[in-house]
Amino acid sequence: MTIMLLLVATLATIAIWWLSQQRLTEKPWLENGPAPSRAATSGMPAAKVGLGVFLAVVSSLFALFASAYSMRMHMASDWQSLPIPWLLWPNTGVLFVSSGAMAWAQVAVRRGQIESLRTSLLVGGASAILFLMGQVVAWQQLTAAGFYMATNPANAFFYLLTALHGLHLLGGLVALGRTSAKVRRGTDTDRMTLSVDLCALYWHFLLLVWLAVFALLLHG
Amino acid sequence: MGEATAEPFETEPSAEVPEVELYHATSWWTKYVFSQDAKIIAIQYSVTALAAGFVALVLSWLMRLQLGFPDSLSIIDPPQYYQYITMHGMIMVVYLLTALLLGGFGNYLIPLMVGARDMVFPYLNMLSYWTYLLAVLVLLASFFVPGGPTGAGWTLYPPQAILAGTPGQEAGIILMLVSLMIFIIGFTMGGLNYVVTVLQGRARGMTMMRLPLTVWGIFTASVMALLAFPALFVGAVMLLLDRLLGTSFFMPAIVVMGQHQNYSGGSPILFQHMFWFFGHPEVYIVALPAFGIVSDLISTHARRNIFGYRMMVWAIVIIGFLSFVVWAHHMYVSGMHPYFGFFFATTTLIIAVPTALKVYNWVLTLWRGDIHLTVPMLFALGFIVTFVNGGLTGLFLGNAVVDVPLSDTMFVVAHFHMVMGVAPVLVIYGAIYHWYPKVTGRMPNEMLGKFHFWVTFIGSYLVFFPLHYLGLMGVPRRYYTIGDMDAIPLSTGMLNELVSIAAFVVGFAQLVFVFNMIWSMRNGTPAGGNPWRATTLEWQTPETPPGHGNWGKDLPVVYRWAYDYSVPGAEQDFLPQNQPPVRQGTRSTEP
Repeated sequence: MTIMLLLVATLATIAIWWLSQQRLTEKPWLENGPAPSRAATSGMPAAKVGLGVFLAVVSSLFALFASAYSMRMHMASDWQSLPIPWLLWPNTGVLFVSSGAMAWAQVAVRRGQIESLRTSLLVGGASAILFLMGQVVAWQQLTAAGFYMATNPANAFFYLLTALHGLHLLGGLVALGRTSAKVRRGTDTDRMTLSVDLCALYWHFLLLVWLAVFALLLHG
Repeated sequence: MGEATAEPFETEPSAEVPEVELYHATSWWTKYVFSQDAKIIAIQYSVTALAAGFVALVLSWLMRLQLGFPDSLSIIDPPQYYQYITMHGMIMVVYLLTALLLGGFGNYLIPLMVGARDMVFPYLNMLSYWTYLLAVLVLLASFFVPGGPTGAGWTLYPPQAILAGTPGQEAGIILMLVSLMIFIIGFTMGGLNYVVTVLQGRARGMTMMRLPLTVWGIFTASVMALLAFPALFVGAVMLLLDRLLGTSFFMPAIVVMGQHQNYSGGSPILFQHMFWFFGHPEVYIVALPAFGIVSDLISTHARRNIFGYRMMVWAIVIIGFLSFVVWAHHMYVSGMHPYFGFFFATTTLIIAVPTALKVYNWVLTLWRGDIHLTVPMLFALGFIVTFVNGGLTGLFLGNAVVDVPLSDTMFVVAHFHMVMGVAPVLVIYGAIYHWYPKVTGRMPNEMLGKFHFWVTFIGSYLVFFPLHYLGLMGVPRRYYTIGDMDAIPLSTGMLNELVSIAAFVVGFAQLVFVFNMIWSMRNGTPAGGNPWRATTLEWQTPETPPGHGNWGKDLPVVYRWAYDYSVPGAEQDFLPQNQPPVRQGTRSTEP
């Protein structure tokens, strides 16, 4: 559970930092004055805070799987690492491209370049789909070579972790589709910027998660 | 008061927080069924959770029939008994307590108490309820599949949970795991709402340190649940794969009835880590909202500001942190390194410090308070007694060495029923009686309420107190029947009969509660906006029950904390949170 406890410690640090901004030592019973001049809540849009909290939940999910992975690896001697398909390397590159396209979209929406925004979202989405297709091909290569899910826990974790990451990316594609629809309809810039920002944040996060998962699989 | 109070406050602009884009219902269906209004969703959550709870109550009756009168009944066979135990536990902990305290009270109280028009993501909120309902239906469906529901015990420990011989191995366990996964997905949607609404939806002037403790409790519990439920999700996914696809995450090499199974190398202990990494925070996910609610009930009904508000907030937060590093105290008998046992025993016992601090503060709030023995207050007082009782037995079980002989006895059953069964349920009842006038606009019947309290309170003690003795005498938990065992005296049978009879009486008393809730909806005396003369914002709404959007034209502005009771010189004896301070000196000139 070391990995999960590290995540808990990280989140606790963030929580403590946030709490320290909330004037927890004030004596509210003495301060029945006007509303403090500073806004009670942060100026960030609720959707962004919501996504941040959601990413903490997803982190917790993956950290727990990673904990289970490392514990299971050492708990019995039946662990047999499987050969990581070479396809995962170019796949990783594709996911970098996808994330890069989303970063480009963030710039484009701020500059008001609708054409390049459309292109970048299209590139981001298409490369994410390409990544997913690549993952499926990697699965097929493994099963063709006889590495079935039930044969070994290393195989089972491989399929499980890649599938879980893929599902999260699939969910992200739904959000990306909605964002693209907004761009096509031409909603006002503020909302468009927010949507693109949220998608990009999720994309970068999933890239990081993939890198962590990939490192874990290579380590196994 | 300082100079700041000399300012004219009436001119404070109110809507600083960007208004939530409210969804305006256009038809009966979108207003009352597929509603995005947190208040309707709260009622949907509460009614569903209570209905599931009644199923679990009936299951406990059936178990008590068997335990109290083991030889005289033949309607329950051992597999059924295990199925009832399992379903009772899981429904009560997850589908009743978690759903009701966070989904029910969270939805109703958070937007109103922080001065928001609704949750920040109303659509997601609606989706959360329907996902939860689906989870309940999938779980209850397992009663009707071949083989019936799973009888693995609520902890669902592998390997037995998915092996032949355990009731419900065919379909029941699959439905249970799938239902839990659906529940967790639904909860995550709701939990995001509760957390972000507290973070972003607060009215002007509502700083974190002016929040009522109810909101602090629900907020912290939601954060914990968001991080802890994934552990159950991970456990459920992997156990499901072991069952369906034959992987060996948790399943060791095993021989069942002479047959080698296709498993090897898996670790049941790994599942225990996953389960309890969720399971222990879960205790506080249930307890923290109860702590918060009970603080507000005590303060309001004793007309006294809560003693040590800051300490109460800190204690809630500290308990939240600590509850993530104690999980292995559920695994003392699973085999662990003695140093680990020492570590987990220490962290467990440290939790007693902030918890005891809270109890002291409740008692000190009552001290020299103007205690009104209303129905909510009775339940709050009942909670304090019960919680102290359950907490003290926790000191026994938290010590690794003392836990070993008590493990898997009725003593454990007594402990957790006192601390996370009866105690939170008493708070839930107290809270329902307290907020019922706001939800319906009418008072619940007080006579019936008091009857309900006394039968439930005394009855619960008759049910669970003797279990401590049974446990100390060595009566094991989870046994269909103990038969003739030399080690266990025959008199335990008589005690078991008493417990069973008390359980039936307590169960029937809950029908009085149901009747009261339904009857008072039409026939209760009209409550007015603020029958308990409470300070928090939900009692200051322009309409009762609060209308769509909660606050009419302007959002409230908050000028003070939530506990200004028995204020000298105040018009009534309390000052609502949204009442602007009066300039000093002008008060004496008022008539």
